[in-house]
Amino acid sequence: MINFLFTSFGLLSSLGLFVVGAVSALLFNKHDKLSNWLGNLSAIFGSLFALIFSGNILISKVPQTVVLISNSQLFNTTLRVDLLSAFFIFVVSLLGLLCSIYGLSYVKHYYSKYNLGVLGFFYNLFIASMILVVSASNMLSFLIVWEIMSLASYFLVIYEHRDEENIKAGFLYFIMTHIGTAFIILSFLLLYRETSSLDFEIIKNNLTNSSSLIQSIIFISALVGFGTKAGIIPFHIWLPKAHPAAPSHVSALMSGVMIKTGIYMLVRIAFDVLPTTPLWWGVLVLVAGAVSSLLGVLYALSEHDFKRLLAYHSIENIGIILLGMGSSLIFLSLGMKSLAVLGLLAALYHTINHAVFKALLFLGAGAVISKTHTRNIEDYGGLIKYMPRTAFFFLIGSMAISALPPFNGFASEWLTFQSMFGGVASLGSLTKLLFILAIGALAFTSGLAVMCFVKVFGATFLARPRSSHVKEASEVSILMQFSMAALSLIALTLGLLAGWLSNIFSGIAISLRNLNNFVPDISSTIQSINLNGTAAMSMPTVFVLMIVVTAVIGILIYIVSGKQKVTHNITWDCGTNLTPRMEITATGFSRSVITIFKGILRPTQQTGVEYRDANLRYFPKSSSIHFELKDIYSIFFYKPVQELFLRVSEKTKKIQSGNINFYIMYIFLVLIGLLLIFVM
Amino acid sequence: MNLFTKIFSTPKVLVGVEKILDTNDVSIVGKEIEKKVKKLFNGSLAIRVVTAGSTNACEQELVALGNSFYDVERFGVHVVASPRHADMLIVTGPVSRNMIQGLVHTYEAMPEPKIVVAVGDDAISGGVFKGSYAVMDGANNVVPVNYQIPGDPPSPMTILKSLLSILTDMDVKKSQNK
Amino acid sequence: MISIFAWIIQILLIPVFSPLFVGVTRKIKAKFQNRQGASIFQPYRDLWKLFHKDEVVSHDASWIFRFSPYIILALTVMVGGSIPLISLATKNNLLGDFLVLIYILAVGTFFLALSGMDTGGGFGGFGSSREMTVAALTEGGLICSLLTLVIASHTTNLFGMVNFGLGLPLQYLPAILLAFFSFCISLLAETARFPFDNPATHLELTMIHEAMILEHSGKGLAMMEWAAANKFLIFLSLAANLFFPFGIAVNLSLSSLLVATVVLVVKILLLCFGVAILESFTAKFRFFRLPDLLFTSFVISAIAIGLIF
Repeated sequence: MINFLFTSFGLLSSLGLFVVGAVSALLFNKHDKLSNWLGNLSAIFGSLFALIFSGNILISKVPQTVVLISNSQLFNTTLRVDLLSAFFIFVVSLLGLLCSIYGLSYVKHYYSKYNLGVLGFFYNLFIASMILVVSASNMLSFLIVWEIMSLASYFLVIYEHRDEENIKAGFLYFIMTHIGTAFIILSFLLLYRETSSLDFEIIKNNLTNSSSLIQSIIFISALVGFGTKAGIIPFHIWLPKAHPAAPSHVSALMSGVMIKTGIYMLVRIAFDVLPTTPLWWGVLVLVAGAVSSLLGVLYALSEHDFKRLLAYHSIENIGIILLGMGSSLIFLSLGMKSLAVLGLLAALYHTINHAVFKALLFLGAGAVISKTHTRNIEDYGGLIKYMPRTAFFFLIGSMAISALPPFNGFASEWLTFQSMFGGVASLGSLTKLLFILAIGALAFTSGLAVMCFVKVFGATFLARPRSSHVKEASEVSILMQFSMAALSLIALTLGLLAGWLSNIFSGIAISLRNLNNFVPDISSTIQSINLNGTAAMSMPTVFVLMIVVTAVIGILIYIVSGKQKVTHNITWDCGTNLTPRMEITATGFSRSVITIFKGILRPTQQTGVEYRDANLRYFPKSSSIHFELKDIYSIFFYKPVQELFLRVSEKTKKIQSGNINFYIMYIFLVLIGLLLIFVM
Repeated sequence: MNLFTKIFSTPKVLVGVEKILDTNDVSIVGKEIEKKVKKLFNGSLAIRVVTAGSTNACEQELVALGNSFYDVERFGVHVVASPRHADMLIVTGPVSRNMIQGLVHTYEAMPEPKIVVAVGDDAISGGVFKGSYAVMDGANNVVPVNYQIPGDPPSPMTILKSLLSILTDMDVKKSQNK
Repeated sequence: MISIFAWIIQILLIPVFSPLFVGVTRKIKAKFQNRQGASIFQPYRDLWKLFHKDEVVSHDASWIFRFSPYIILALTVMVGGSIPLISLATKNNLLGDFLVLIYILAVGTFFLALSGMDTGGGFGGFGSSREMTVAALTEGGLICSLLTLVIASHTTNLFGMVNFGLGLPLQYLPAILLAFFSFCISLLAETARFPFDNPATHLELTMIHEAMILEHSGKGLAMMEWAAANKFLIFLSLAANLFFPFGIAVNLSLSSLLVATVVLVVKILLLCFGVAILESFTAKFRFFRLPDLLFTSFVISAIAIGLIF
C-alpha cells in the first residue's frame, strides 16, 4: 500500500481526497458535526498521502512528473515534483496534517454559529491549491492555482463575518494579494515574451539571450509580487491584520506555509529560471531581509494582541530566510558556489523550522483564546495553573522561535550566521560592511525575539490572573493537545537531526540549475554539522549534555540540602496588600525598548483626564492614557505613494471637464492623429 | 599611587575584636537560638532592617556599622535587599499601627531558621512612646523576638558586640522582662 | 585515562573557583573604600549557609520558578567545561563553537527572566524587562567582537582562536585591542556589573539582576548566585584567554599546566582589578544611556573587523 503511494498515484489520490472533502463538507453543511468530520478527516488523509509521497521523493532523490488533466501546450496541468517542490509539499502536508487534527476539535466552537460546510470546503481547497502551487510546471496553471489559493484564504480570513474588523482585514488582504498577482503576471509575461513558452522547464533553457535589463525587471517584479505574499516589509501590511482574523488552525497554515509559497517561487526564479544573477540582486534581498527582520520584531514587541504579535514574528522570520537567500545570491554572483549552497541551505532549513514552530505557537494561541475568549495579552496571566500542558508546549515553541538550543530554530540560525561569516571573511570592503551590518541585524533580532517571547510567555502563563477571563479557562481537548505535542516533538527532532537534515538540504540546493551538482564543503553526520575546517556544531551533544548536567547537579544539590524544607507563602509585596496590579504588564515590559527605538517606532502618547467638576478642575474622576505607534513604512512608503497617486489623479481629472465642446475637440484631435498615422 | 597601595594594607583606624567584646552585654528574650543555628550563621549573616515607626536614631547607628571604623562586613555580616535572602530581622522603633502588617509580612517572608532582634529601647518596650494609642509598645507584641539590644540608641560598639555574641558561643544573661 | 581526568578537572574549575574571584573583587572594592571588607572566601561561606536554609516559595510560582535555578547553574557549568582555560588538550569540536556557547548562556537568561516574572511581584517583573532589554542589545556587540577573532583565525571554534593567538599575530594587534574593548563592554553587561547594574544595591531603581532573584531563597538563591559567579568567571577567562592567550598549555604536561594556571590567575586578577576600579570610580549609568554604550560596542567591533584584511 505504501509503495502505491510512492508513485504519482500518491499525489493524485491526496488531491482527490481534498476535492472529495471539500465537496462533501459543502453538501452536508446543515449537519455541523458531519461536515466538520468529513472536511477535516479528508484533509488529514490527503495530507498524509502527500506527506508520504513527498517524503519518498526527498529520500530517494528521484523527481517525478504527474499529469493531471492534459498535456497540451495551452492548458498544461502537469505537476513537476522535483526536490525543491517535494520539500515544499512535505512542509505543506506536514502542517496540513497536524492542523487538521487540531481543527477537528477546535472548530467545535463554531457549531451553530457559522457554517461549517463552507469552512470545510475552503479549507480543503486551500491546502490542495498550496500543494498545486509549489508543483505547477506551467505559468498559466500556476496563476490559476495561485488565484484559487488567494481566494480560498480570503474566504477563510472573513469566515467569522459578523466581526467588522475581519471584513476590513479580508478586504485589505484581497487588494494586496491582487497587487502582488499583478506584478507576478508582469514578470511571467516578460518571461513568455523572451522565450515564447509557458513551461518553466523550457524557459529555463532559453533565457541566455535575453538582455540583463529585462532579466532585472523580471526579478524585481517577481520580488515585489512574491514578496507581497511572503510578507517582506514594506508589502506586508495585510499580514498583521489578516492572520489574526482567520480561525487559529487556518492562521497556523497561512503563517506557516502560505507565505512560504512566495519564498518557493523566489528561490525557483532566482536560482532555477534566471541564468545569471548580478550582485545587486543579492544585496537587495539581503537588505530587505535585514529590514524585515528588525522591523518585524520591533513591531511584535509593541503588540499585545496575541495573534497579531505572532503574525509580526512571521515577518521577522521571513526576514531571516531572506538573509540566507540574499547572502546565497551574493555568493552566487561572485562565483563562490560553496558558500552559496550554505546560504540557500540555511534559508530552506529555516523555512521548515519556522513552519513547525510558528504552527505550534498559533495552535497554542488558539487553545488559549478558545478558552479565555479574548485576544488581549493584558487579560491573561497565571494560565500555567489552568492549562499546564498547553503552557509546556507553548514554552517549547517560544524556545524554538527564540533560537535557543537544543531546538530547531537555533540550528538554522547558526547556519545563517555561518554563511554570513563566510561573506565577511572572503569579500571586499563594501560587501564586507554590508555583511557586518546584516550580522548585527540578525544578532539584534534574535536578542529582541527572546525578549518578546519572555514577555508573551510570562504575561500569558505566569504569575497571577490579570482579569476574570482566566478563571473560566481549563485544559483543551486531547486532539488539540496531540497536535501541539507532535509539533513540539518535531521541533526538537528537527533540531537534533541538524546534521542529517543539512545533507538533505544541500542535496535540494544543488539540484537547482544555478548551483548544479556542486558538492559543497559541508560534511555532516547524524551527530554534527561540520563546515570543513571552519566550524562545527553538534546538537545532540548539546541536548544530551544539558539533560545529563542538570540531572547530576540536581542529584548533588539534593545530597547537600535535601533535608531543607520548602514552605509556601505569598509573594514578597513589600509589606502591603498584594494586588493583581502589582505584576508587570505586557505593555510595561516592552516600554523600555519602544523608548530606546523611538526614532523608528515613533510612539505617541495621549492622556485624558475627566474631572468631577468640569469648571473647577480640582478633583479628577478618572484619567486615561492611550499609547500608539506610528507605522514607519506607512509614513515613508505608502503615504508618499498615495499622495503621488492623488496628485496625478487630480491633474488627469481635468480631462473630464464636463464641457461638450472639449469632448468634440478630443474626437477631432484623435481623428486627425489617426489619419496622420495611417497616411504616413 | 597611595590609592593603589592601600589595597594591600589594613586601615589603621579599624576597631579590633578584643575591644568590641569588652563592652556592655546583651540579653536574650524569648526562645534561645540553638547551637547549630549559631554555627550556621557564624561566618555569614544576612540582615534585613525594618524601621517600624522609629525616630531613625537607631538607623544612624546601624548605618555607622558599615563604615571603615567598625566595618561589620569583615565578620561576614551584611545587609540584604529582600527578606527572602535574610537570616536576621532587626526591628527598630515602637511598631506604629501602620507598620504592623509590614512587619508581620516581612517576618513571614523570611525562611527558617531566622533570628529576630529588637534594637533600641523603643523596640524593646515602646521607649519614650510607651502607652501611646499609635504604637504597639515594642516589637515583642507583633513578632516573636529572640534578642534585645538596649540603648536609645545603642552605640555601634554595643550593636557590634551584641551581634558577635549572638553568633558566637558566648555567655549571655537570660533577661528578667520577657 | 589522563584525558578523562583532565576533563573532570576542567569541568570543576569554573564552579569551584568562581566564588573566589567574586570575593577578590569585593575585597578590592572594600579596600578602595578604606575598609577591610569580608575575606575573599566569604562567598563560599554565604553559599554554604544558603544551602542549609529552608526555602519560602510563593503561591503564585509555578514549576519554572522551582526548576530554573538548576537549569541555569547546569548551563553555566556546561559552558565552563567547554571553554579554553588552562590547556588546549581539552578542545572539542562538538561544543567549542562560540555561537553555541553564547546561545546556551542565552537559554540561562531566558529562564532567569521567566522565573523573575513567575511570582508576579513588582521587582521580578521590571527586573526581567530591564534584563531582557540589556541582553537583547548586548548580543550584537558580543557576537561581533568575537567575530573579529573568527575572521582573523578562520575558525569559529574557541580553541582554534586561542591556537591562532598563540602564534602572536602582531599585524592584527589594533583590531584585537578594539575587539577586546568591545568585548569588555559586553562582559560588563552580561555579568551585571557597573555601569550596567550594581550587584550590591538595595534600591530597585538600580537593580537588574538582583531584582530577578529577589524572590529566591535557600538553595534556589544559592544556585542563582553561584551561576552568576560562574558567568562572571567564564567571561573573565574568555577575555583573558581569547585576546591574550600567551601562557596557555598546549598539552597536558605538568609543568606547562602549572605555568598556564599561574598565568591565567594573574590575568584574571588583573581583570578583577579593572572591574573593581570601574566599580569604585564611576557611577552606574542611567538605564536609557545603556543602549548607547551597547551600540558603541557594536560599532567598535565593526571597525575592528574592518581593520582585518
